[in-house]
Amino acid sequence: MVQLPQRFHDWFATKGWAVHPHQQAMLDRAADPALLLIAPTGGGKTLAGFLPTLADLATSPHDGIHTLYISPLKALAADIKRNLSTPIAQMGLDIRVEDRTGDTPASRKRRQRADPPHILLTTPESLALLTSFDDAPRMFRGLKRVIVDEIHALAESKRGDQLFLALARLQTLCPDMKRVGLSATVEDPAAIAHVLARHPDPCDILLADPGPAPDIQMLTTDEAPPWSGSGGKYAIPAVLEEIKKHKTTLIFHNTRAQAELYFHNIWLANEDALPIGIHHGSLDKVQREKVEQAMVRGDLRAIVCTGSLDLGIDWGDVDLVIQIGAPKNVKRLVQRIGRANHRYNAPSKALLVPANRFEVVECVAALDAVREGQLDGEPRSPGPRDVLCQHILITACAGPFDADTLFAEIKSVGAYSALSRADFDDCLDFCATGGYALRAYDQWKRLLQRPDGTWQLRDPRATQNIRMNIGTIQDTDTLKVRMKRARGGKPLGEIEEGFAATLTPGDTFLIGGQIVRYEGLREMTVEVSRDKGKKPKIATFMGTKFATSTQLSERILHKFQQDTWPDLPGHTAEWLALQRKVSRLPEPGRLLIESFPHDGRAHTAVYGFAGRNAMQTLGLLLTKRMEELGLNPLGFLATDYAILIWGLDPVTDPAPLFDIDALRDGLDTWLAGNAVMKRTFRASATIAGLIQRNTPQQKKSGRQATFSSDILYDTLHKYDPDHVMMHITREEAMKGLIDFNRIEDMVARVGGRIDLIAHKRVTPLAAPLFLEVGRVPVKGMAEEKLLAEEAARLMATAGLPPITS
Amino acid sequence: MNGCAAQLNQARLTALGSGALWWADQSLLCVSDLHLGKSDRMARRTGVQVPPYDTRDTLLRLSQDLDRTAPRTVVCLGDSFDDLAAAGALSEDNRLWITKLQAGRKWIWIEGNHDPGSIDLGGTHMDSYTLAGITFRHIANPDERDEISGHYHPKVQVALRGRVISRAAFLMDSLRLIMPAYGTYTGGLRTTDPVITALMASDATAIMTGPVPHRVPMPR
Repeated sequence: MVQLPQRFHDWFATKGWAVHPHQQAMLDRAADPALLLIAPTGGGKTLAGFLPTLADLATSPHDGIHTLYISPLKALAADIKRNLSTPIAQMGLDIRVEDRTGDTPASRKRRQRADPPHILLTTPESLALLTSFDDAPRMFRGLKRVIVDEIHALAESKRGDQLFLALARLQTLCPDMKRVGLSATVEDPAAIAHVLARHPDPCDILLADPGPAPDIQMLTTDEAPPWSGSGGKYAIPAVLEEIKKHKTTLIFHNTRAQAELYFHNIWLANEDALPIGIHHGSLDKVQREKVEQAMVRGDLRAIVCTGSLDLGIDWGDVDLVIQIGAPKNVKRLVQRIGRANHRYNAPSKALLVPANRFEVVECVAALDAVREGQLDGEPRSPGPRDVLCQHILITACAGPFDADTLFAEIKSVGAYSALSRADFDDCLDFCATGGYALRAYDQWKRLLQRPDGTWQLRDPRATQNIRMNIGTIQDTDTLKVRMKRARGGKPLGEIEEGFAATLTPGDTFLIGGQIVRYEGLREMTVEVSRDKGKKPKIATFMGTKFATSTQLSERILHKFQQDTWPDLPGHTAEWLALQRKVSRLPEPGRLLIESFPHDGRAHTAVYGFAGRNAMQTLGLLLTKRMEELGLNPLGFLATDYAILIWGLDPVTDPAPLFDIDALRDGLDTWLAGNAVMKRTFRASATIAGLIQRNTPQQKKSGRQATFSSDILYDTLHKYDPDHVMMHITREEAMKGLIDFNRIEDMVARVGGRIDLIAHKRVTPLAAPLFLEVGRVPVKGMAEEKLLAEEAARLMATAGLPPITS
Repeated sequence: MNGCAAQLNQARLTALGSGALWWADQSLLCVSDLHLGKSDRMARRTGVQVPPYDTRDTLLRLSQDLDRTAPRTVVCLGDSFDDLAAAGALSEDNRLWITKLQAGRKWIWIEGNHDPGSIDLGGTHMDSYTLAGITFRHIANPDERDEISGHYHPKVQVALRGRVISRAAFLMDSLRLIMPAYGTYTGGLRTTDPVITALMASDATAIMTGPVPHRVPMPR
């Protein structure tokens, strides 16, 4: 057992702490090339990561950088700096700790490169930028350890892919560098260990004592949840009662728009004026920091929030977590619950509030999964190639490189360990020549091969453009919102450009919990004024709608199979019993389809339980198949568990609709012109360096002269459909929003076991679908027709004569 | 003809969905801001290599409009080339293609801010061109009237039940008409921009390009 220096023991003793077993284990295994620690929040995880560093630096002097700490959030880096400074100061250690993020002043950044601190706290993007400088070998000389915090969050994103590529680079510079990962509870620790370690090195996993099981329940209310919707407004009185009973409550929502609406509604009902704040990623930084500080001071009784509070910053004494709406994913739920009670060995307390009747079933299924300790997760797919292209450009910024060496280095990254040479070469060719079938850029290659075979940038000034565009986070086009004042009013936050475009002066919407009136657009800023109204239009913040996980969907199907439902509230049990009486309930391994007339249209409900994204894709494909089969579909709507299709003719023989080969063919043709593909292309092309978000020229002129990425997509599709960017787009779309894998799984699971039930009227299970929003019309000339109507209306309103074409 | 009627002084014009303007009485077709060679210039200046098919696509659309209208005169209203070097770097194929399009008709290159000099291609180079009381120039002159110009790449957004459609557009009032950009890789400037609102009268209308051109009041 490795002994801590005496002053560490003394310091622990003055705090009345003992070294946790997992902290000791981290010390004992400090020489492991890679080590993953899985510990619950509040388990002294970060200290466990830093103890070996502090002990080493306390006993042997070190010149230059010793440990690099990477976290997904700038705020977390700042938080850790504070938390480390205390023990360092109290133990009188001579250790320099600094953070480096996008917010760090340029002068300090320059100094850090010349004279790095012992411990540098940073983010994946800032690290990638550091590795792009030619002095990186000097800066990182002597680096012994890398600590990746909240690795479970990074491992699931392109930010993580970029980070691990950068670590491979550092490992080449510092072959003895040890890697440590710190993770919250996850379903598949081995998968995280795989991305952390240098492939194929082993990576052991340390599991800390998970602590007592959480105290987690569904909130029961006098009023039954509504049939549809996702706001959870009905439960506000009960939630207010819970807030009163606790010190600080976090109220989690799945989307920002829901959080805004909920915050508005809870204040309308907040008769005791309990101090309640709101926190989400679209709010202005200053506003967010205010809420964070108020929270740390303990001034707030509750915070309405979204995933922006998911990660492990210590926000003070939270003793209750409330999740509004079904959690969709058991793992995220468990991690959110971990936000309550940061004291080790005290159970976290959490309440689930189903937003509608169906979510009651989903919440109960999620509770079962938490009790059984069964987390869910989708298998990790191979490392994305758009990030790889950016990495090649970053590598070129640092100086000439050899393609074979770079390929070997990339293959040492877990996510890219299966990368083929051909796929790598395509990316290299893309970075060098654009990779087009028409070899147009011979004269203007981005990368040139030198006589010795290594690659370098043609124009060294290109480093500036590349560095300005490092990163994988996609900001959708958002506009800043400000109060209208003579000299630029208070910034409130951001809204999507698409939403802003639907506003006309006088329209109202919610932001930061207040209703504001749209006044106009000035220099790409939305100007608003305060509004006393009661009914706002709601800001539609972009952002992923989470799909219900595979495991949770399976659990719901199994719950349906019970003879009775004593574990469900009466209203929900009765609803399911009625469905079983008039039709039947969906079963695992079978596919239930209901067909019934309603409102003069033939309706078809398909209970696929494949999650929102896959069901949306299936809806598009099925309506396309129905169109081909002459069933005249008019539109559809998808939820996590079902698709409702309406049209002129009923489905009588469902089998041909679900022919997987026909669906796959349909996917290929449909995908090409699809908005999802265009959105994915935009993201991937930006990461790969084909589209530049930031240019020096743009900074100068302030106006953007770029054309839309859709045009680039259409052009490639028309003239060069086999281009590597088109392949990358397809790869990314398939794993993301299209989620075709889950459709294939579903069709395979079901086999031919499709049950078509024809009914005279809407069935109990289908009824809530009619109340859901998000109807998708089956397109065609529909858009032109709408546009013609609108143009005529606008001309008439303006008193201008209609023009015939 | 798939177009929207537009009147400027005595001239009866047709705004085509493609972004070209057709003056049937004079058998004249006008296109603006072709920005040929834009991808070449981007690669040269920034290193970013966008798909190099923009010149081909722009010429293809232009040749379709020429086939449909068979004009005696073609006016390219400036910024026909993304810069003079891009004009010089045109591929031999594209150079021949332009020559073929010019065969048998009068072809006028109006100079723009991107292509302020003469280029090594057939056709007449002019600063501006006046025909039957209508003047063609690249950048609108606020003190003039009966003028057709380009330069601003106007675009218009219309919100339709939750979706937003944004398209390049012709702008017109009783004094002038501003053309949309015709080139494949051209962005747009919203009509709410002060430069445009200052130029256009309060009753200005916009004709959105697309499969069917639509006229709307110019958003400001």
